[in-house]
Amino acid sequence: MSAHEDTHAHEDHGHHHKETFVTKYIFSQDHKMIAKQYLITGTIMGVIGVFMSMMFRMQLAWPEQPNVLFEAVLGKWAPDGVMSSDIYLALVTIHGTIMVFFVLTAGLSGTFSNLLIPLQIGARDMASGFLNMISYWLFFLSSVVMVISLFVEAGPAAAGWTIYPPLSALPMAQGGSGLGMTLWLVSMAIFIASSLMGSLNYIVTVLNLRTKGMSMTRLPLTIWTFFITAVIGVISFPVLLSAALLLIMDRSFGTSFFLSDIFIQGEVLHYHGGSPVLFEHLFWFLGHPEVYIVILPAMGLVSEIMATNSRKPIFGYRAMIASILAIAFLSTIVWGHHMFVSGMNPFLGSVFTFTTLLIAIPSAVKAFNWITTLWKGNLQMNPAMLFAIGFVSTFITGGLTGIILGDSALDINVHDTYFVVAHFHLVMGISALYGMFAGIYHWYPKMFGRMLNKNLGYIHFWVTAICAYGVFFPMHFIGMAGLPRRYYTNTNFPLFDDLANVNVIITIFALIGGAVQIIYLYNFFSSIFFGKKAPQNPWKSTTLEWTAPVKHIHGNWPGEIPHVYRWSYDYSKPGHEDDFVPQNIPLKEGEEELQH
Amino acid sequence: MTALLTIIVLVFILVAIWQMVKIFDLAQAKVENAQVATDKDNKINGYLMMGFLLFIYGITIVSFVKWGDLPLLSNSASEHGPQIDNLMIISLVLIFIVQTVTQFLLYYFAYKYKGEKGKKALFFADNNKLEAIWTIIPVIVLAGLIIYGLNTWISIMGVNQDDDPMVIELYAQQFNWTARYAGEDNTLGKSNVRLIDIDRANVLGIDEADPYGQDDVITKELHLPVGRPILFKMRSQDVLHSAYMPHFRAQMNCVPGMITQFGFTPTVTTAEMRQRPEIQEKVAHINEIRVEKSKELVAKGEQPLDRYEFNYLLLCNKICGKSHYNMQMKIVVESQEEFDAWMKEQKVFKNSLIN
Repeated sequence: MSAHEDTHAHEDHGHHHKETFVTKYIFSQDHKMIAKQYLITGTIMGVIGVFMSMMFRMQLAWPEQPNVLFEAVLGKWAPDGVMSSDIYLALVTIHGTIMVFFVLTAGLSGTFSNLLIPLQIGARDMASGFLNMISYWLFFLSSVVMVISLFVEAGPAAAGWTIYPPLSALPMAQGGSGLGMTLWLVSMAIFIASSLMGSLNYIVTVLNLRTKGMSMTRLPLTIWTFFITAVIGVISFPVLLSAALLLIMDRSFGTSFFLSDIFIQGEVLHYHGGSPVLFEHLFWFLGHPEVYIVILPAMGLVSEIMATNSRKPIFGYRAMIASILAIAFLSTIVWGHHMFVSGMNPFLGSVFTFTTLLIAIPSAVKAFNWITTLWKGNLQMNPAMLFAIGFVSTFITGGLTGIILGDSALDINVHDTYFVVAHFHLVMGISALYGMFAGIYHWYPKMFGRMLNKNLGYIHFWVTAICAYGVFFPMHFIGMAGLPRRYYTNTNFPLFDDLANVNVIITIFALIGGAVQIIYLYNFFSSIFFGKKAPQNPWKSTTLEWTAPVKHIHGNWPGEIPHVYRWSYDYSKPGHEDDFVPQNIPLKEGEEELQH
Repeated sequence: MTALLTIIVLVFILVAIWQMVKIFDLAQAKVENAQVATDKDNKINGYLMMGFLLFIYGITIVSFVKWGDLPLLSNSASEHGPQIDNLMIISLVLIFIVQTVTQFLLYYFAYKYKGEKGKKALFFADNNKLEAIWTIIPVIVLAGLIIYGLNTWISIMGVNQDDDPMVIELYAQQFNWTARYAGEDNTLGKSNVRLIDIDRANVLGIDEADPYGQDDVITKELHLPVGRPILFKMRSQDVLHSAYMPHFRAQMNCVPGMITQFGFTPTVTTAEMRQRPEIQEKVAHINEIRVEKSKELVAKGEQPLDRYEFNYLLLCNKICGKSHYNMQMKIVVESQEEFDAWMKEQKVFKNSLIN
């Protein structure tokens, strides 16, 4: 796979064709603009998702208390200001869906894959700008459908983000399983189409459009993670699509893929011979790789940001790539650990315990390599760096409890309790969010040509960091006490009365943590117009995107695309004046490229 | 009105942030590119990193001291319970050690190597020996955990027919539980939701023609004789439910269209459990909270809360709809004699039908 020499770029991407407002800002085919569109749509969805969590956290802390906020926002779903149990489940469901898919998949991977793949590999744009544009607009459409589903008469989908049938299949089982669920499924089907187009584009671009000298082992780790993420997405998302289509068939056309022997509200339904366990298999065949689709790009961003701000090469570049590949491979054969108590054969439980616990090995290698990257560095504490360090911290804390949940014998008793909620929020929710914030602080100058305010960034990080632990650390303990998740209130179980005050503490941390995001939003949106003008390479980084001019142009570089002569981590290399050597600087005479 | 207030508050917040930014900017007017970390920033944030490490340790200690007395780590009431608890404690200790050490290294390095102008980092890209060490150590530790875990899992999930387990069906529906005992013959009658006949009170859809079903006993409370192996067969009539019995370290989903199973042997009667000092302490604590809450309720003119008494419980632990949060059944573990006496009071299936 030789690098691609871009010969025709000059004619194609010259300045002779005029851009209208529509082609520049709306139906843009430029990867940089599409990245920004992904980011802003993802941010809006994120605000909705986080706001929902604030509301149900208030219900959990002060169950069935009237609240003016509920009355104002939820309307008929909060008679006299008391949140109803239907809408509680809907909020939990949509919060999960939005955060996992719309924020941490599209918002994170969509933004940074689009922004960084062409810029870091030295390409004029994505392999197909048109497909890329369609991919964004399908994502936008699916977001719109998801938001519309919040306003339907019988309520939005409320069967949990895993939408297990029969609950999700039968409108008589739950109000939210009517039109709300139909819209949920339609939205996800569109989302998957968007994701596949994006992923295929990323794969093709990385394989074919690398500039001269950019071999696979000179790629920054960001590109490696985006590439592998796209591969996992292409393997697993179609399976979710098939699950969604089969569920639509069961719901609307009377088939029995997932349903059998059901007696509900006084009548027997005709379904015969299907199995909900089949749906669980299909769902988690995507569902588990999905958490790696979320976390891998964050890992890539963090690796890059840590190396840059430590002024050191990332430690163990090859081991990092190997562990990405190992994680990607294992991610597709561990889905059954979500199903230890689903009724599947216990022997399968043994197999999935084995494969699941193996994932701890490449994860441990990554964590140790990041820590070693800091060792004897010259750490530049930019906000991006703080979030990167925070990422490693929450990834470790959250990841370790995976050893308990992945162990089938232990899972029996903590399955579907708050222990699980605490685990996955830390390891893939908060961590991926930190990765995303780190990426935004780091590449904001590249995206908008201006700097984010660092002091607001510091406040944002430290308050968020304290609140994240404040929310999710105590949550492990109420889970170990046996409190099930997705309970509207715990007041019907005196057994759990002594945990009520923990819920109040968690909610207070959550509210503060949610509120502090306003500072970030202010910083983000005001800096687009009023931020300090960015220099070309503010963080003194080695990668190619910082050789492109600050002002965005179609085709990324005026004139020729830079050639690459070294790997992307030549920080503080002995024999050089500066503590960084960009990838486009030829080796000095007698200088050896590191045999990494 | 509330909307207007909210908008005003939001505007004030934004103005406040803007003012803060102005102050920061004025304080740093001289620095060239004010938005990149300076030595001063590195220093402050380096110290904050150490502070944050202490915060993590602090919250860990507080959590363990305040909420670490976990019913799920002790006082299990089934034969296999202690096996799970031991494995859980070993895993927790291991996690605790790794967490403490790695978080220390992470934040300590962040503090120790905070950047200074003119300093140069060490060019240290690779070390096969180090990487081999931290690959092999997790491999060994995990191999141990996997073997221990799988042994436990297999011994829990394997049902030994030689033990002659008592067969009980747990039947789930939105939003309650029903138990069906297999009766003298210890064999459940055939059943299917298509046979449900509400008018004849055949609510579980038991085949009326099946001789095995005639002596089945249907109850709304789950009574278990202590020391006798039980094999639960789970069924659901509508959506997924999960039969979660935390005190017995037991859980299994109830799936419409199929029968799932889970077996365990209860070892501690309800009465014995109530006598345990830890449980008494917990119950007393809960009752204190309930008395406080009752005072508030009475002041508002509502009913006070009942006194809490310890009981084993079966909870639904798979989202099943509107009242998922209140789908429970009381479990009573008692001596064989007490159990037999209770069983005698129950109607058998063939006598419970309405003709």
